[in-house]
Amino acid sequence: MESLLQPLWLSVKLAGITTLLLLVLATPIAWWLAQTRSGLKPLVQSLVALPIVLPPTVMGFYLLIVLGPAGALGSWWVELTGSALTFSFTGLVIASCIYSLPFAVQPLAVAFESLGKQKLEAAWTLGASKADAFFSVALPLSVRGYLGAMVLSFAHTLGEFGVILMVGGNIPGETRVVSIAIYDQVESLNYAAAHRLSALLLVVAFVALFTMFLVNRRWRR
Amino acid sequence: MIGLRYRVERPGFSLDVDLELPLRGISGVFGESGAGKTTLLRCIAGLEAAHASRLSVAGETWEDTQEGIALPVQRRDIGYVFQEPRLFDHLAVRANIDYGRKRRAGETASNFDHIVELLGLEKLLERRPAELSGGEAQRVAIARALLSAPKLVLMDEPLASLDRARRDEILPFLERLHAEARIPIIYVSHNIDEVCRLCDHLVVMEAGRVLASGVLQDVLVRLDIPVLGGDNAGSIIDGVVASYDGDDDLTRLEFSGGSLWVPGHAGAEGATLRLRTQASDISLCRSRPEQSTILNILPAQVEAIEGSEGPTMLVRLRLGDDRIVARVTRRSVRELGLQEGDSLFAQVKSVAVRPPRPVTP
Repeated sequence: MESLLQPLWLSVKLAGITTLLLLVLATPIAWWLAQTRSGLKPLVQSLVALPIVLPPTVMGFYLLIVLGPAGALGSWWVELTGSALTFSFTGLVIASCIYSLPFAVQPLAVAFESLGKQKLEAAWTLGASKADAFFSVALPLSVRGYLGAMVLSFAHTLGEFGVILMVGGNIPGETRVVSIAIYDQVESLNYAAAHRLSALLLVVAFVALFTMFLVNRRWRR
Repeated sequence: MIGLRYRVERPGFSLDVDLELPLRGISGVFGESGAGKTTLLRCIAGLEAAHASRLSVAGETWEDTQEGIALPVQRRDIGYVFQEPRLFDHLAVRANIDYGRKRRAGETASNFDHIVELLGLEKLLERRPAELSGGEAQRVAIARALLSAPKLVLMDEPLASLDRARRDEILPFLERLHAEARIPIIYVSHNIDEVCRLCDHLVVMEAGRVLASGVLQDVLVRLDIPVLGGDNAGSIIDGVVASYDGDDDLTRLEFSGGSLWVPGHAGAEGATLRLRTQASDISLCRSRPEQSTILNILPAQVEAIEGSEGPTMLVRLRLGDDRIVARVTRRSVRELGLQEGDSLFAQVKSVAVRPPRPVTP
């Protein structure tokens, strides 16, 4: 049972932390994308969407290099904390944030775009600063976008495999998430354990999506 | 005084406006769509950037490109009523109205109750915007703007998005608001009827320029402004209720050029009413018609005749200190030999009466 729950807990923890970080990270990016008329928009859009089309192994390979003790980010991290980013939980969080970024940015950008400028203008004329209007009008009116971003980021991070294998390896309690554990069990022909883990992940993923669509329907009414 | 000067250059459009508007009452900005009315209003609010600008309200400078002053939108004490209500869907009506109140100090609770009552919103306060009709939503938007402690209220065709019934539902509220005349209002409209009902001062715009600006009555009788011709041609007289004839159900009003009968009990004795006459409802006679069904026949003097083409011409008449515009055919002008300075009689076929005018202190 221990071996079953530990990878699951790790997966949920990774997906949860990644989702929370992504909401903060994706908000300004999505806001900028929805508002800007800059020529840089297609460039930023492409960069953000890259993880959707890139094979996870390619992403993982580049991340391994950047996050590794010799890489730009990795060496700085080693200097700062004394430990390496690769093959650590923190490294996984960073990799997941990049890997799942488009799944947080897209729903938010759509929500912000459909919000338009009209209500914000009204808020400004009523004495609200730009920041105030964002938090008191734009944010609450984009709740559904946030819900979508949360569920998609969470589910996508939960199902991550290639990137984690490349960056995190297979360290129990540290980087051995469910998807890796399943692979591991199958490799050692332990189909019963693989079945249990797979079923667990299936249930978690389904419940997450089902909740989103249910809540979404409630809101529409 | 509200002093404003704006110059905006955009592909296919330019705005060049230099105006002084009174700090009292409602100033109407009238013109066809594309005249730059909305752009002007957005400039005043700070929602639009201008190439050159100067704006001062009651001695406070809000904007001056030469001095490098430009208050951001939220620091200009304005109340903006857009064409659409633009209510915040996640907040109840009360919270929508409170949005501006909370952010700008100075509005008291009694004023809240007063405006809510004035706009008839008492029963709607706990509702969500989605549960309001178009007319109700716009009334909430007006209350929200008025209660944000503005020094200047900007209204951009607040009735344009509504059907006739909804419009007639809101106009009386705006008239009551006008009667209080506490905050200056700039009211943009392409509907001459609304302008005549609500405004004291009138600015006429065309293609980004100001064609005329002045007291409503004076601007309306100018014959050289095309947009004030056609169906829009008409004039306004302020009359005082003198007596009511209960037998015939007619009210007599006095003004500088004599007296006018209007149908019904138009108002209490001594009340000042705004009377509007359409140019096409006025005909002219050389001598006083003896047996006519028309009640209102008044001596008048021709002040100007205008109209270079088409079958009709506009004639401006002086009646005492007031002036009205009549539309007559070119043939009539020729056959009667009408000339400036002629004395004749004006038959006024119908008069539209507006509710009691505010008693401006």
